[in-house]
Amino acid sequence: MLLLKRKSILPGFGLSMGITTVYLSLIAVIPLSTIFLKTAQMSPAQFWQTVASARVLASFRLSFGASLVAAFVNSIFGLLVAWTMVRYPFPGRTIVDALIDLPFALPTAVAGITLTTLCATNGWIGRYAELAGIKISYTPLGITIALIFVGLPFIIRTVEPVLEEFDLELEEAAATLGAGRFQTFLRVILPNLFPAVLTGFALAFARAVGEYGSVVFIAGNMPMKTEIVPLLIMTRLEQFDYRGATAIALVMLLFSFALLLTINVIQRWTSRFYAQ
Amino acid sequence: MAMIISRAGAPARRASLSVSEPRLVRIALTTTALIFLLFFLGLPLFAVFFYALNKGVGVYLASIADRYTLSAIFKTLLTASIAVPLNVAFGIAAAWAIARFDFHGKNILTTMIDLPFAVSPVIAGMIFVLLFGSQGIFGAWLTSHDIKIIFATPGIILATTFVTFPIVARELIPAMQASGSEEEEAALSLGASGWQAFWRVTIPNVKWALLYGVIICNARAMGEFGAVSVVSGSIRGKTVTMPLWVEILYNEYNFAGAFAVASLLTLLALVTILAKRLIAAPAISNEISDERAESIEAKLGEAA
Repeated sequence: MLLLKRKSILPGFGLSMGITTVYLSLIAVIPLSTIFLKTAQMSPAQFWQTVASARVLASFRLSFGASLVAAFVNSIFGLLVAWTMVRYPFPGRTIVDALIDLPFALPTAVAGITLTTLCATNGWIGRYAELAGIKISYTPLGITIALIFVGLPFIIRTVEPVLEEFDLELEEAAATLGAGRFQTFLRVILPNLFPAVLTGFALAFARAVGEYGSVVFIAGNMPMKTEIVPLLIMTRLEQFDYRGATAIALVMLLFSFALLLTINVIQRWTSRFYAQ
Repeated sequence: MAMIISRAGAPARRASLSVSEPRLVRIALTTTALIFLLFFLGLPLFAVFFYALNKGVGVYLASIADRYTLSAIFKTLLTASIAVPLNVAFGIAAAWAIARFDFHGKNILTTMIDLPFAVSPVIAGMIFVLLFGSQGIFGAWLTSHDIKIIFATPGIILATTFVTFPIVARELIPAMQASGSEEEEAALSLGASGWQAFWRVTIPNVKWALLYGVIICNARAMGEFGAVSVVSGSIRGKTVTMPLWVEILYNEYNFAGAFAVASLLTLLALVTILAKRLIAAPAISNEISDERAESIEAKLGEAA
């Protein structure tokens, strides 16, 4: 085997590597490459016209904007939840902690219809929001709420293990040196948690940008106003405008790959950071 | 589960006052966190079952026994029963190659396995339309041979397989790396064949990770919505899976029916979460007992 760096006495490299590459090619690489093939059929001018149209730009602004806000809200509350989970034991904590995985496990369509029903003007939440003059369903606010739900576990799950391993001696040292509790949190604890929060933020953001199922119901899907990018791709496909759909998808895909790469870099930096 | 470990050590921590917050602050922070979770997790979870049973148990059971609901349940089970075993086979092969051998391009391979996580579900469905749709690359050939993939069951299975293929591999790779290859090497030197070593040593060593991967993979396969909705065409009774049926019922204002089907998917999610907790327990039980032993020793030391 030319690929092998070292000989191994274990058998099965050829077989397992063969299955892996063939499967990966058939199910992922070849299908994904169609996006590049299809866009290559367009002239640069056509591509640009599709991608830079007002409606597409508006949906990109909405998708990225709402995802950023949702990831930011999740960072703050995720940090708070992780902190209370690790530091302040309360009865029933194991159950609450298990439930945090719900957005990972719940099918997105279920989350979508439930949040929409709750936030509708006659829903349990929407009713009171309306009294306060806030409309949630069919607005960017509703989209953001759905994205907060979807991204909720990411930051909690990246921060929790770091907080558990956190060296209390650092906090004791800060206290001995006369720092108040809040000062210690701000200048000793928070800087140490930052890489974990950043990883969680990037993961939640990446998930939110591509999210479809939980958002379509609450969004209302009005062009220029509440139309997210995945929905725009869907609309183009339904109109058999495959080129338009692929061009938008390519931009999104390149962005996602860049983000995936960034997350990998952050994680490598993080593991070195925590190894110190 | 790591939670439990830390709690065992918690009382010792709390003894020193300098690293804790005033009681009032603690209560305020805990309350805020719980209110956030109540609104974003508790309320939606309760609402699914409330709206499902709102019109009475009769309506609930009738919605589930509906012809189209049963057909959607069957389609979902069929999809998962093909996608999950395929992904298990791939996951085992990929984990064996990556965890047991050192080869060029390993990092690239590992990153490629993560690809579906970076792709929007809608794009995941779209790529199969570009391949097999009527205007797709193989469209003309498929039409002339009268084979339907898009707007038919094969498309649903393909899209689901794509979305879920990394899951088992991602659980198995670290587990196989952690168990090391010494035991397999020992088995081989004692005269076992490669397959014997694999079935009797490797698989038992990673059984919990494998089971966990299968459960998560199954949950995702049964719940996938975006990718499936692109390739399905939503032909009632033919290409409608449970999540798609939830969408159709909801859009027809049949809320009791939509939430009845949604409640089944929610139960699946809850079982998945529970299974995660139960499986994680035996996997780290050694770690816990070590931890317990240490804390007992520490207490004995204090008493002396």
